[in-house]
Amino acid sequence: MTDVRRHTVRDALSVAVTVGTYGVAFGAASIAAGFSVLQTCLFSLLTFTGASQFAAVGVMAAGGGAASAIATASLLGTRNALYGLQMAPLLQVKGTKRAAAAHVTIDESTNVALSQASRGAHAMRLGFWITGGGTFLFWNLFTLLGALGAKALGNPASWGLDAAVPAAFLGLLWPRLTNTFLRVVAIASMAFALLVTSWLPAGVPIIASVVVAMAFGWGER
Amino acid sequence: MSPSTAWIVLLATSALCFSIKLFGYYVPAAWLAHPRLQRINALIPISLLSALVVAEGLVQKTSVVIDHRAAGLAVAVGLLFAKAPFPVVVVGAAATSALVYHLH
Repeated sequence: MTDVRRHTVRDALSVAVTVGTYGVAFGAASIAAGFSVLQTCLFSLLTFTGASQFAAVGVMAAGGGAASAIATASLLGTRNALYGLQMAPLLQVKGTKRAAAAHVTIDESTNVALSQASRGAHAMRLGFWITGGGTFLFWNLFTLLGALGAKALGNPASWGLDAAVPAAFLGLLWPRLTNTFLRVVAIASMAFALLVTSWLPAGVPIIASVVVAMAFGWGER
Repeated sequence: MSPSTAWIVLLATSALCFSIKLFGYYVPAAWLAHPRLQRINALIPISLLSALVVAEGLVQKTSVVIDHRAAGLAVAVGLLFAKAPFPVVVVGAAATSALVYHLH
């Protein structure tokens, strides 16, 4: 293996293993929300985009309806379309390979691919596939472990699982808040969601917070 | 949540999330190049994740409730400021919340 290959593979695998372990938190959250072990595992196999999965089970756990769970999860997934747009000319894939590429087009695979730009297009493709495939493998493995663990524990509140879910969302949010403007958007969204809580049905304040994103993103900064 | 609701949420979320991913590979780049769309799209995860933090941590059905979960969330904030890794943040919040739940 050449030096370039080795570095890319190491970058990709370290991301895949680290992010994959977060699957434990998803598995536990999904069980706590009332999904079965089979449904929890299918979420990670079929949806395979962490924030959306957490959102779908999170809205249901908050007592929200199916429609607002599905809509919130889908809106969180829209960024993956923009990632696909960036990856399509790099990967140049067709047919089932394109479907496979799309399925593993997530934050991590796109970020690793883009971060390999200085090592050339070959390293970018390698980074994309190893990160995507590796994360898929570990994410699903750890989802199963988390689901079985949570099932064995019983009452979610007794083990703090009901606090683990918002903490997981905070952990997903935190690294995105890279400047003051983004921190203001986050705080405004939290304030908005709390403010409308008593006026809207359970689960709806979450998706309603998109108006905050629209308000802040409408004009140029 | 009834079993059929759980299946609907699972299958619809999966189908839509995959379609959105695939859409990015088929759509001409110019369609999604509008600056306003890009700006809003970049902020959507931040707004939704922020709302999810408070909806899961500080809300019970349709009212704001400060309980054991808030203690867990406060510890999570402290751990994130201390640059703790994700699993430590989640476990720290869960342990704190469980402790407060049992002491209460």
